[in-house]
Amino acid sequence: MVAAEQIDELALVDAARAGDAAAFSELVEKYERKIYRLAKHITQNDEDAEDVLQESFLKAYTHLDSFHGDSKFYTWLVRIAVNEALMKLRKRKSDKTVSLDEPQDTGEDLVAREIAVWDDDPEKKFSRDELGEILDEAVQSLKPSFRTVFVLRDIEELSTEDTAVTLGISVPAVKSRLLRARLQLREKLTRYFKRKGDDVFAYM
Amino acid sequence: MLTCKDFLNELSDFLDDTLDPQIRAELHKHVEECPNCWVILDTTQRTIKVYKGLEPQAIPTDIHSRLMAALQKKMAATPKH
Repeated sequence: MVAAEQIDELALVDAARAGDAAAFSELVEKYERKIYRLAKHITQNDEDAEDVLQESFLKAYTHLDSFHGDSKFYTWLVRIAVNEALMKLRKRKSDKTVSLDEPQDTGEDLVAREIAVWDDDPEKKFSRDELGEILDEAVQSLKPSFRTVFVLRDIEELSTEDTAVTLGISVPAVKSRLLRARLQLREKLTRYFKRKGDDVFAYM
Repeated sequence: MLTCKDFLNELSDFLDDTLDPQIRAELHKHVEECPNCWVILDTTQRTIKVYKGLEPQAIPTDIHSRLMAALQKKMAATPKH
């Protein structure tokens, strides 16, 4: 975000804090699409995603006084939304395996099975909707601990440090999970995007 | 001498450009000589790019309306200052 835009945004936040409902609505309109997408990616459920969307903005409004402008408003908002989404996810699965505190990976599980060159413009082979579906499905297939890291880092474009703070995990854990998530997605997308007739090792 | 396994381990940091320049140069050299790692680098880079370029879709109007209604209710109940 450019500096001027950030200043405008802080002015909006100040106005909202002082009771200007229109200013807060402007912030909602600016970020609701991203927060809803984030919520859907993490919860994998439409109903939960809508709850997360509402809860996040309601909490943001209630706690505006605790936003001091030392991070971007969006980063602060994402932190609220991720917490809400993870709570939903844990409740829905009522499954103790949905944990973000996994032991550090050793690197033994790092593999790249599909090695095939992609088409020059593979995205053009699909309609916008088809492409969206392929990309969403691939993300949904990741396990929650990898999925949340990937969504925050590579879709919402948070920094490694902000991702670590948001999820309450270490920087090395963020990096390790991001690498695995990226490699798994690469494998999945290769099935759709690889150059025709160009199979494993065929280019060598 | 770096192995493909070393390359894979450092791939994310290589792509995010957060490596020490010397390791980065060694990995670069490995990629130039190893066609498999070149493909993995290229396709992983493109995987990230395709996700980063995604614009969020507009949210359904009914969901937006319910959100605004919930907010208005909250604002009316807890006026600031």
